[in-house]
Amino acid sequence: MEILVTALQEAWRLIISRDPVLFEIIGLTLRVTGSALLFAVVLGLPIGVFLGLRSKESKLGCLAPIINTGMGLPPVVAGLLVFILLSNQGVLGDLQWLFTPRAMIVAQTIIAWPLVIGLSLTAIRSVDDQLAVQLTSLGATRWQLALTLVREARLGIMAAVIAAFGRIIAEVGAVILVGGNIAGETRVLTTAIVLETRKGNFGLALALGLILLILALLANIVLHRLQHEGRHA
Amino acid sequence: MSAQYVLSDLTKTYAERSVLNIADLSIQSGEILALVGPSGAGKSTLLRLLNFLEFADDGQLIFDQQVVTPDLPLAQRRRVTMVFQSPALLKRSVLGNLKYGLQLRGETASKAELLAHLDQVGLADLAQQPATKLSAGEAQRLALARALVVKPDVLLLDEPTANLDPYNVGLIEDILQKNNAARGTTVVLITHNVFQAQRIAQRTGLLVNGKLVEIAPTALFFEAPVEQATRDFVAGKLVY
Ligand SMILES: Nc1ncnc2c1ncn2[C@@H]1O[C@H](COP(=O)(O)OP(=O)(O)O)[C@@H](O)[C@H]1O
Ligand SMILES: [Mg+2]
Repeated sequence: MEILVTALQEAWRLIISRDPVLFEIIGLTLRVTGSALLFAVVLGLPIGVFLGLRSKESKLGCLAPIINTGMGLPPVVAGLLVFILLSNQGVLGDLQWLFTPRAMIVAQTIIAWPLVIGLSLTAIRSVDDQLAVQLTSLGATRWQLALTLVREARLGIMAAVIAAFGRIIAEVGAVILVGGNIAGETRVLTTAIVLETRKGNFGLALALGLILLILALLANIVLHRLQHEGRHA
Repeated sequence: MSAQYVLSDLTKTYAERSVLNIADLSIQSGEILALVGPSGAGKSTLLRLLNFLEFADDGQLIFDQQVVTPDLPLAQRRRVTMVFQSPALLKRSVLGNLKYGLQLRGETASKAELLAHLDQVGLADLAQQPATKLSAGEAQRLALARALVVKPDVLLLDEPTANLDPYNVGLIEDILQKNNAARGTTVVLITHNVFQAQRIAQRTGLLVNGKLVEIAPTALFFEAPVEQATRDFVAGKLVY
């Protein structure tokens, strides 16, 4: 119990003193996760919307289990794949991205991508089927219908993005594998927690953990407010 | 009067089962036509064909002297709108829902014009309210207003008042008649309410098992039906 109190005090001190190492780690974490999220949304949202619209007319067949498996892909497996691709003998070895933030962004994008596809697909599919028919009868073209349904499903789509954010920012297996947890270069919140805990620096580890919790909390507050707004829109 | 639609030997088949087979039917421009018949008769299927949401497997549908094919020009398709039994509204304000069809067409209307449309259906006071908060009657009146705001040449209605109380039924019938008189909108109305057909339709047709059994001026249809099936229907003997 005493160790927890000491650790909490240490954590608080580091946060309010704006410890440079701590803030560097936070900065890199947000950069890596933010970039990966952006790529996953750009690559995943159009696919999710397209498949969501398709699923209203016909079955998705074997695509559904593939997406589901992707959504549950163990991050360490994604890391392994990226590692093999980017290693010196790998197809993309010439890029020299291994053990750089770029490799971490690639790995996190691969983890977030199926999640964005699957959850935005569900969001589009959950829009009332009758709505699509009735909007078409009012004169909507297929494109207009797609845009309207995205707008109708915007809360579900936001939830998909935030869920993906929560998943990859908290992920450790893949980034430690392809990033290497190099101080000042590829060390992010989760990998730093692993390292500091092993070294017995519980204060720093706990500070990092608190920051991670706060980021998750902020994401959920945003989500909650969006849903609240949606109900009154 | 010219023909808005001409149907000849029009058939629609689902999973190898013929659900619609209309040998010959003309719907006149500017008329109010009521369609009645037991459920499963193919009434809604016919309306989906008239709205170009689906296309016939065989036979011919002519809309305003043009043969209808799946690549009917958008401008033609947009001359017809439909009101359904249960309205599906957008998660927007009442006004936002009203404007939707205009936005699709890249058209605008003044606020005063839009409010006049809402006023016609008794919703002017609720213009800024979220449409999700409307009662069933209000929602259906909004669905009617959003279908009319784009000034369609044809308005199709699929049991639009089946879920409504007499007050809302009266309001909707009134709006249909006024619009038909003022703009000459062709109206095709499916109803289970024979009194409704008698109140507002100039002609009434009976559909049974996908076939048009009889169609006649409404008074004749109810007072002097020719076909046995129509007599049974009018006598309330046809099971729904
Ligand atoms: N999309 C569809 N797929 C298969 N069968 C359908 C479909 N739509 C309608 N049907 C069938 O066609 C018949 C006519 O249906 P419908 O036009 O809805 O009748 P009504 O509106 O007169 O009650 C019914 O037997 C119904 O089960
Ligand atoms: Mg029906």
